[in-house]
Amino acid sequence: MSHIGSYDDRLKNFSWNISEKELGYKPGDVINIGWYCTDRICQMGKANKPALIWEGSTGPEKRYTYNDIRLASNTIGAYLRGLGLQAGDRVCLFMDKIPELYLGFLGILKIGEIAQPLFSAFGDESLFFRLSNAEASAVITQKKHVPKVRKILDKLPHLKHIIIVGHEGAAPLKEREVAFNLEKAGPVDAFQIHPTMAESPSVLHYTSGTTGMPKGVKHVHYSLIAQYLTGKWALDLRDDDIYWCTADPGWVTGTSYGIIAPFSLGVTQCVLDAGFQAESWYKFIEKRRVSMWYSAPTAIRSLMKAGDEIVKKHDLSSLRHLASVGEPLNSEAVVWSQKVFGKPFYDTYWQTETGCIVISNYPGMEVRPGSMGKPFPGVTGVVLDPVKNEPYPAPGKIGLVALKFDWPSRMRTYWNNEEAFQKKFRGGWYITGDRARLDNEGYFWFAGRDDDIINTAGHLVSPFEVESALLEHPAVAESAVVSKPDPINLEVVKAFVTLKPGFTAGKDLDLEIMNFIRKKLSPLAMPQEIEFVAGLPKTRSGKIMRRILHAKEWGEEIGDTSTLEND
Amino acid sequence: MADELKDNILAYVTKEYLEDDSEPLNYETPLISGGIVDSFSMVSLKRFLENKYNISIPDDKATPEAFDSVNKIAVLVREFVKV
Repeated sequence: MSHIGSYDDRLKNFSWNISEKELGYKPGDVINIGWYCTDRICQMGKANKPALIWEGSTGPEKRYTYNDIRLASNTIGAYLRGLGLQAGDRVCLFMDKIPELYLGFLGILKIGEIAQPLFSAFGDESLFFRLSNAEASAVITQKKHVPKVRKILDKLPHLKHIIIVGHEGAAPLKEREVAFNLEKAGPVDAFQIHPTMAESPSVLHYTSGTTGMPKGVKHVHYSLIAQYLTGKWALDLRDDDIYWCTADPGWVTGTSYGIIAPFSLGVTQCVLDAGFQAESWYKFIEKRRVSMWYSAPTAIRSLMKAGDEIVKKHDLSSLRHLASVGEPLNSEAVVWSQKVFGKPFYDTYWQTETGCIVISNYPGMEVRPGSMGKPFPGVTGVVLDPVKNEPYPAPGKIGLVALKFDWPSRMRTYWNNEEAFQKKFRGGWYITGDRARLDNEGYFWFAGRDDDIINTAGHLVSPFEVESALLEHPAVAESAVVSKPDPINLEVVKAFVTLKPGFTAGKDLDLEIMNFIRKKLSPLAMPQEIEFVAGLPKTRSGKIMRRILHAKEWGEEIGDTSTLEND
Repeated sequence: MADELKDNILAYVTKEYLEDDSEPLNYETPLISGGIVDSFSMVSLKRFLENKYNISIPDDKATPEAFDSVNKIAVLVREFVKV
């Protein structure tokens, strides 16, 4: 029997009070995610239970009990306090999936600072914008990523401390840099946790918008209430599970369900800090006896591509429940999973802004391959008529996925950008930016984005940000960036480029521009195809018409071209 | 030829993908599983090989396993280089 039991029964008389009660929280109490994920679990008698089992591409594994993560997060919190950092300060985590990332996240929350996790593959420009926008006071990073920070340091007056993990034996430290070694720092047992309240800010994740630069999504400590219960009911995390969330904590899945949900539930989780390879993933599941696996459609499609034979070489009988997030899970992947693993991947739907799963397929509920599922109890989800800004009166029509903005882990605002936050609402509904239709049984079916945002391997890329970066290349005169279909990543970035006089299109320039964007922004934002064109389609007022290029890539009707400049 | 091929690949990977030059790569360093080159960056590495050696590597051959070290990449490139 799953934790959620009957979905329909759970809908009746649902209240988030169920979660509050299980967590022993009452409105008005202190609520600190760091404490709930470590100290509370120890106080429940699970101090010696494994919390985190970590494995890298080389070297020995590392194991931490709940008492170990309690002490280590205290150590990091005490260290940050010792540097003079205070509650409310933003501390960036810019690391690969090493233990210090997980422990540092908890330590930051314990002292009331705001954790700003950033994907370690970000280039210096992506890193600069996010650190600058958040006015981060400190960054915890690894020796290998320090050169990127040094490159932008002069432009970051707010950044007072660069805390470097694994610096031993390396070149001398430079301005504002300090070396930190968790083992040498030693455990800190007696520790004063900052008395954060429900609305105290906790995490700042950056997400891409269709216009403008990325926005910092502000979450609060009360988000725990929803992350705990969705982890329990939607992911069905159990006390005896070995859980593997493949997401990087540089993104929201990696914090909400890679740290907060499993640790607040006292579950053992394992982490593989290595690049994707089908063989190594299956070996990891077999070796660690993974029972609950939360992954992404891109990874699942890559495993499909690797074939069925490789699956048969491994004992994957430990797998009990599988779930997916990041982009729509195609029905073929669900059917394949049922065939090779004997169980389907349950698709879950949510966003950085929602903080937790809001629509999902649930254990025990019939999975309709390709469907997003149904709203989590306590979440009101509708398909909105984009003209009337009201829910469609009957199912079947494609409209905007919209949510009543009242669940605990919803974002509270965009950092220093309340105006953009307010634009996310229509008719009182929170607009996700996705389009879908409802069927007669209340299942949501994804139909696409409602904007120009590119969803590549579950990560959102802003065409505006890539176009802006392209213009910084000396050869590029103008650019337009759109998505292009991709069998593995759902979508990839494609750029249309016009060149300045004196530059000639060719394969060397093509590669040079790709690498330019990869290093400046990130590998995700790198155009996988560049088409050199003589001119871009524009309106008579000079605005580039991305939708014409998008339609061409997707084989869709171009639509109204009456405003086209050269029409 | 073999060493020159490997040296060219090694030099390119070091220049383009290595963030910290204090840890030099060798022919056997795990590139994909070691997190030095991710699946997105593999596209630009593949493009480099195709441009440099005037070859076309089919997508089904451009797997993370085939790109996991300079030695493995060299084997792959040799498959397609016309002698």
